[in-house]
Amino acid sequence: MKIAEWKEKVENHGCYDAVAEMLDRIEKSKLNAYITVCRDQALRMAEKYDRGELNGRLAGVPVAVKDNISTKDVLTTCASKILSNYRPVFDAHVVERLKHEGAIIIGKANMDEFAMGTTTETSYYGVVRNPYDLERVAGGSSGGSGAVVAADEAVLSLGSDTGGSIRCPASFCGVYGLKPTYGLVSRYGLIPYANSLEQIGPMADCIEDLALLLEVIAGKDVRDSTNAGREFRFVPDEKRLKVGIVKEMGGNDEVMGRFNEVVEVIKQHHEVGEVSMPSFKYALAAYYIIAMSEASSNLARYDGVRYGFALEKLDSWRRYFSKVRAEGFGEEVKRRIMLGSYALSAGYYGKYYLKAQKVRTLVIRDFRRAFEQYDVLISPTMPALPFKIGELADPLTMYKADVNTVPINLAGLPALSVPVGFVKKLPVGLQVIGNYFSENTLLNFGKQVSELWSG
Amino acid sequence: MVSVEEVYHTAELAKIEISGEEAEKFRKEFESILDYFNILDEVEEDVEPTFQVLPLRNVFREDKPGECLSQDEALKNATHKEEGYFKGPRVVE
Repeated sequence: MKIAEWKEKVENHGCYDAVAEMLDRIEKSKLNAYITVCRDQALRMAEKYDRGELNGRLAGVPVAVKDNISTKDVLTTCASKILSNYRPVFDAHVVERLKHEGAIIIGKANMDEFAMGTTTETSYYGVVRNPYDLERVAGGSSGGSGAVVAADEAVLSLGSDTGGSIRCPASFCGVYGLKPTYGLVSRYGLIPYANSLEQIGPMADCIEDLALLLEVIAGKDVRDSTNAGREFRFVPDEKRLKVGIVKEMGGNDEVMGRFNEVVEVIKQHHEVGEVSMPSFKYALAAYYIIAMSEASSNLARYDGVRYGFALEKLDSWRRYFSKVRAEGFGEEVKRRIMLGSYALSAGYYGKYYLKAQKVRTLVIRDFRRAFEQYDVLISPTMPALPFKIGELADPLTMYKADVNTVPINLAGLPALSVPVGFVKKLPVGLQVIGNYFSENTLLNFGKQVSELWSG
Repeated sequence: MVSVEEVYHTAELAKIEISGEEAEKFRKEFESILDYFNILDEVEEDVEPTFQVLPLRNVFREDKPGECLSQDEALKNATHKEEGYFKGPRVVE
């Protein structure tokens, strides 16, 4: 649902009834897209809106927040048993901004545990189902954030993207999702998984809404030392662009069939060429090594002492920490922490971690070269249609599904997923990659593609 | 090749207790994942690593005292606490 459609509903029925209706839909939903629904709080805010006491650019608009983004006094679990009782005592910077603009936080969206996954199957709270086929996944790791926008269980949502975690569910759920340039949105209050790769970003049902949500969340925050201190303003334009198809980013026949049709449509208004990125051969391995290494360090904080899941009896510290972590973490999280510990351990640092950071340099060089020639780059967002639940049982097979999305995070660039219709009744997404801080170009191009495609 | 001993050693580094069954499962998975990571052996050594993508250096803020968490707030999420302190496990073994 677009904000404009929501506003019409609110105009006709009042915000309270509109929110109550949405809460009923969430309650009856089979998607499992929320971990926590903020029923009372949302209804109170709606009443406030109806009394004319809620103001701002998102006044009265229901927004879902991924459950790894801190919300004061509201359960924030990261879809993990180890944080299943955790209520932050502060709001994330993006949540402060949402509240400042009058948004109604309707709930905390389900996700892969600590955002480690591509299908939301690693959630301690169970898989999120795809709104277009309940036997399929909604994508991950921001699966809940994607599903709620597609199924009108929220109007907007926030996700986080470490290696494709906004773009994948956007593609699989047929909605828009943007991974901003690294540093555009403050990560203060985002529970970290891989700090050097991840960004919080918006998900929505149309480009204008996506742009508005980005305007709200982007900007300076001194509490994130990697914050670029830049604001974002959406300025519509209809420039003719040079568009590069990335040869190394492909997909199966179903996806490529649709991608090629979309390319033909883009050619009506833009100049299209091809570009080769030789370093991408190494990007997936480099991405996982960096992400796992950062995870092993970040997740060392979960020890059952200051917050989170704890055992009843305190033991010697080694046994206590090891038992808390054994019981509190799920299998994929353990796998990544352990592989990260391995990659960083004595004797392997140069072989894995340092090498991966060198690949990062090569990936950035390839992108820099490509952007000398092209304004934006395109590819299918995901190499396949939404997977069946349980289809990616082997971890390495799951990792490989991220092949088109991870190079963007290695380089810290912005990328957008635009829905381009359905194949076999399942959504397909087009990925649009831009140069640093070119979100305005991406959004305008995305809007044109949507109009050309639906027109 | 990854041995079960290496898996146990890594689990100890990561402070995660694992069972014998888990160790064998992780061993197999680590072997195939690390084998995939070996593709990086092809990458030339003579490249500067990139640890972070922003051209930021020494980001400072003004050293102004601000609001901080109260003791109650800081302890709110802890299961084990005593007289206004976190209560941790024994560190002397």
